[in-house]
Amino acid sequence: MNVAVSYTSREEIEVYRFSPLANVLIPLLAILAQVFIPVRLRFFSVFDLPLLVTLFFAVARRSQVSGLMTGAIIGLVQDALTHQPLGLYGIAKTVVGYGASSLGVKIDVENPGSRLLIGFGFYWVHQAVYFLVARNIAGLSLEWRWLHTLGAALANGLLAIVIFAVLDRYKQRA
Amino acid sequence: MENVLTRYRNTTVLVAVLFVQIIGLAVQVKKPTEAGSTSLIRYWVVSAITPLERSAVSTSRGIRYLWSNYLYLRGVRAENRALKDQIDRMRIEEVRLQQDADQARRLQSLLAFKEQFITETVAAQVIGSSGSEQSRILYIDKGSSEGIAPDMAVISPGGIVGKVLRVFGSSSQVLEISDQTSGVGAILDKSRLQGILKGSASGDVTLQYVMSDEKVEPGERIITSGGDRIFPKGLPVGTVISVNPGRDLFLNIRVKPAADLARLEEVLVITKTVEKTVEATEASGPVRAADILAQRLPTVKKQEPPESAKAGAARPSAGAAAPAARPGVPSGVAAGQQAQSATGIAPAAHAVPPAARPATAAPPPASTATTAPPVSQVKPDASTGGAGSQSQAPAGTTPAPKTPAPKTKAAPPPAASSQPPAGSQPPAHEAAPR
Repeated sequence: MNVAVSYTSREEIEVYRFSPLANVLIPLLAILAQVFIPVRLRFFSVFDLPLLVTLFFAVARRSQVSGLMTGAIIGLVQDALTHQPLGLYGIAKTVVGYGASSLGVKIDVENPGSRLLIGFGFYWVHQAVYFLVARNIAGLSLEWRWLHTLGAALANGLLAIVIFAVLDRYKQRA
Repeated sequence: MENVLTRYRNTTVLVAVLFVQIIGLAVQVKKPTEAGSTSLIRYWVVSAITPLERSAVSTSRGIRYLWSNYLYLRGVRAENRALKDQIDRMRIEEVRLQQDADQARRLQSLLAFKEQFITETVAAQVIGSSGSEQSRILYIDKGSSEGIAPDMAVISPGGIVGKVLRVFGSSSQVLEISDQTSGVGAILDKSRLQGILKGSASGDVTLQYVMSDEKVEPGERIITSGGDRIFPKGLPVGTVISVNPGRDLFLNIRVKPAADLARLEEVLVITKTVEKTVEATEASGPVRAADILAQRLPTVKKQEPPESAKAGAARPSAGAAAPAARPGVPSGVAAGQQAQSATGIAPAAHAVPPAARPATAAPPPASTATTAPPVSQVKPDASTGGAGSQSQAPAGTTPAPKTPAPKTKAAPPPAASSQPPAGSQPPAHEAAPR
């Protein structure tokens, strides 16, 4: 009863699913673009397409388990392409997937403003978790760069509006 | 208990997934994998991703080739004229540098100076990156099947790029010099101060462990010292951008890498080097590590030699002279000269008469592996037909053994002459089969 009161429209409680092809191809394309484009355009590495895809799936499905599992898998694949220990991105994206899907059941995630905030906010969460794990568990000597992270978070927030709008086409009502 | 797990199912799954990953991470940190070994998940992911990257690279390359070679030709004539002028200027410069190089080699031989020579390289194409700012990794399209092994040096026409970190069947991971875990033995060209080149999390490159009482000027060039046993000595590393006192006893020297790490498309992997004393009798000497940059550009396309070049090869005495009649200079040569200019290091032998210029042209299919023969053993010999020899075995091919190049100890190039006559001794790098 309380849950019903907290929602303001049908759109907010809508749960979506994706075709098996979209489930595989969208993350794969995101990872491929993430590793391929920075070779030609180095600045592109400030974007985190796999993170945005994780967020999109999490808020669209509104299932915490599926959100965290999607994050874990995408993160581990990303880890495998770096030279660092496996699990850094995996842990960060697991937390992000869980958090985004938890948020997805509470707020309207369909308008561009909330998508910007989701992209912006969860980029900070992702970087913070990554930083903590990398420094305290993996023992890497990373330096936290406030301004850079702020700029990257803003860039990812803006890109989230575009990416989410494109990916909306592949959503199917559950 | 069961009720609690059901009630907090989502949280339980989250904790379980995080726990597994943290344990896995801890195990990796505790027992780091040996150099060269690769975990199964990494192997699977790289094996799945690299073929896709490879096809993406081929497609984009094809489109760009079509666009730049057939559609967008604006300003090509003007550029061609400018390049020809540049070639003329550089030829004069080459002769001067040749004399310096010969003199240096004679002095080296007197001192029984040992130098590292690159004997084998493999040209590779950059097909991907880690996609992460925290891990400055490149993927190249050559792997163990092409003889790549961990800890091999990777260079580009501009300078050093990094070292091979992990090797897969048909691809390899290259750790860039700008990565924070990277370290390269380097030496300041002018002051001869040694230090270690290190990357950082932000991608900046710094030269460390130079004492703060030393004088280092911005703009000074940095080359490899060879002390790390990965990069041969003398390869361009970069230029000093700024020098500031560090927090401890050492200077904080920021370096601009000589290689454009943001725009790498093709690289060379040094698969074999030898250490050898320079012989004074080798007028042009074996090819030094630094020279290889200018010689084996992967962009030199595999191409059938023109008839004139073949004729040149067949007629040793006229070999170098024949192509002289060809108007213009092929793009491959221009690229090579640009690279020489970029490295700032004079190739082993530069008294290249216009006649001896190779008839190479455009870039090769990047997938072609190249294994250079021991260039240090290749004697510069006019009888092999300077132009013909290169055009017969351009980069991107595995050269067949040359027909016995008569080891006539060629006379040193005329020191005083600014334009050696056609048919004179071609440079070592042009005689070297690729």
